[in-house]
Amino acid sequence: MNTTALKELLYKMADDALIIGHRNSEWTGIGPMLEEDLAFSSMAQDKIGHALALYKILNELLGEESPDKIAFLRDENKFKCCHLVELPIGEYDFSLIRHFLFDHAEAIRYEMLSHSSFTPLAQLAKKVKGEIKYHTMHADSFLKQLAKGNEESKARMQSALNFAFPYALGIFEKGDNESELIKENIFAGEDELKKQWLQKIRPIIESAGLKLPKVEESAIKYGGRKGFHTEHLKTLLDEMCEVTRLEPTAEW
Amino acid sequence: MSNNQINSLDPRVNRLDLSRLKEGKVHTNTHLITWEVFHLEKRGKQAVHVGVVHAPNPEMALLMAKETFGRRGKTANLWVAKTSNVYTFNMQDEDMFETTPEKTFRDPAAYRVRDRIEAYREKHNL
Amino acid sequence: MYGNTHITEEEAKRLNTIDEDPEKLQAFEERIANGEKIEPGDWMPKEYRRQLLRMIEQHAHSEIVGALPEGTWITRAPNFRRKLALIAKVQDEIGHGQLLYSAAETLGKTREQMLEDLLNGKSKYSNVFNYPAVTWADVAVIGFLVDGAAIVNQVINSKGSYGPYCRALERICYEESFHLKQGHDNVVYLATGTAKQRSMLQEAINRWYRPLLHFFGPPDRTSQHSEKLMKWKVKLASNDDMRNQFLDQYVPKIWELGITFPDPNLKKNNDGIWEFSDPDWDEFKRVINGGGPCNKERLEVRKYAEEAGRWVRNALMNPSEKYTIPLA
Repeated sequence: MNTTALKELLYKMADDALIIGHRNSEWTGIGPMLEEDLAFSSMAQDKIGHALALYKILNELLGEESPDKIAFLRDENKFKCCHLVELPIGEYDFSLIRHFLFDHAEAIRYEMLSHSSFTPLAQLAKKVKGEIKYHTMHADSFLKQLAKGNEESKARMQSALNFAFPYALGIFEKGDNESELIKENIFAGEDELKKQWLQKIRPIIESAGLKLPKVEESAIKYGGRKGFHTEHLKTLLDEMCEVTRLEPTAEW
Repeated sequence: MSNNQINSLDPRVNRLDLSRLKEGKVHTNTHLITWEVFHLEKRGKQAVHVGVVHAPNPEMALLMAKETFGRRGKTANLWVAKTSNVYTFNMQDEDMFETTPEKTFRDPAAYRVRDRIEAYREKHNL
Repeated sequence: MYGNTHITEEEAKRLNTIDEDPEKLQAFEERIANGEKIEPGDWMPKEYRRQLLRMIEQHAHSEIVGALPEGTWITRAPNFRRKLALIAKVQDEIGHGQLLYSAAETLGKTREQMLEDLLNGKSKYSNVFNYPAVTWADVAVIGFLVDGAAIVNQVINSKGSYGPYCRALERICYEESFHLKQGHDNVVYLATGTAKQRSMLQEAINRWYRPLLHFFGPPDRTSQHSEKLMKWKVKLASNDDMRNQFLDQYVPKIWELGITFPDPNLKKNNDGIWEFSDPDWDEFKRVINGGGPCNKERLEVRKYAEEAGRWVRNALMNPSEKYTIPLA
């Protein structure tokens, strides 16, 4: 099995999950209503849990550092997350649209990986299936109701979608070794994922009365998978790692 | 407009645009309706009332109930019913039930014949 | 997390002049004396309803405001274990608020009215949340000691007379036991860690010592006391009794780590009563009246949550659906 390609896949998935989980956890305690505060926080915790599970695979089976070291003591340019997850939480419209766009990609990615020739990943994919089902159910419900709610909410959701879409397309940026993953039946590839994702989200967005921006007219935000990030990631990591770095060798 | 931006120890708070807050009283205007939530711990058990969520419709009430009442331990399912669709007696009518525990003729414990059997067996050398 | 209810002189007077149907009042009081619970549809004295509502509402506010001091460190928890625990813990505080607002709603005031009173300064929350969480060690101290103090209070209140409040508190106490455990774990890791970690912890303990003594309210000898509230099982223990129980349970757990409290007079007497220096009750009053280090910030952040979330709630609302008081 090509471990370079495998690590590339695991790192980008884990980094995406960690960073979006971190971002979404920023809403904990200040959400738009109490019940939704709880729901959004639980999903953030799930995402951080997925990141941990993936870093564990990297650590235990592929000889990488411990999850805590990988997450809290790694340099920014070693992160392989996409730009979508790095952006600040903004207002709830953006956070919800990001959650919708990202989680549908996650759902399909994990569904594809449940047939992976790399068994530990296939097992993880089966394990988190139910969690991600709730995430997309939640996202769909909010998207539908806010898009149909009133003029303000409809306009907000459409403009958040227009803003987030080019970033979301950045999810599907390929790594250098993707062909190996496809060849070894580890993962069917980002193009396939993107195709299925568009097929999945288009009808949901259209039935909610929103317009999906055109892929070919979108200035796709690439670079994350190669270690080039928005300015927000550095700020996020400095903050996330502030306490750890006070005493990097200590147990916290 | 809020005249002085707070310099918080919480970086999240420093990212919030607190200047959007207006001076004067805050009015909360939305009243979502309430749903009574029932929790089914596992298959074969009975659903038990656990509390209330605020939500606009059944779909959202269920989504909200999941993390309000199902974020620990086991859950097989959740039910929600609009509060206004749940009917109850008045608490003052509890006296209708007062004598029920006395109706021991409905109670298996009221039918104990072992002593009688033993006495009969002893008497007739059975 | 919550402190204790304090009543003013005026409220104590009102409680002493109860104008109710004597027969109903007697039946009500007998029910409570028999250890039975009062349920939402029951007849209850107006003053019982008012006091209970005030108390549960303040408790609910304390939960959602209490999410903010620890929330200060939510993006900076130092490893996966602490990060997940802290998010889940702050989330629980919101969950407790949700449960308590629902319990209070059964007494006839909507969640929105209660939030409005909080945001407009009409309704109070526990004083302890007007202090800042200066370092990561403050999160540990809050999780262990502030939650510990809250549990003392909540376990006692869960034996009260109002059914919905007791049920909410039972669930809350169950969840708070996780808070306490993770708080203790965090304190122990700092105490047994590097010199820097230990000194962070010691400094945080020094900061929280007075607010913790304030937590249960002024000493019994100076505070308004109401026999009625005790008889009605709205209040179940005196401020001093609860404070003593807290000190008894938690001071030894800090001392055993070689960490100290900033009070040379803190000690347990032979009669089991803890002694401590005067924790400056004037400061307590100052903070209650808005003069604490974080009063303004706490309310501004809650106002922001209210304003920024308004469009979401407006869009979800269906005006043809009429609100009814939840059942239980």
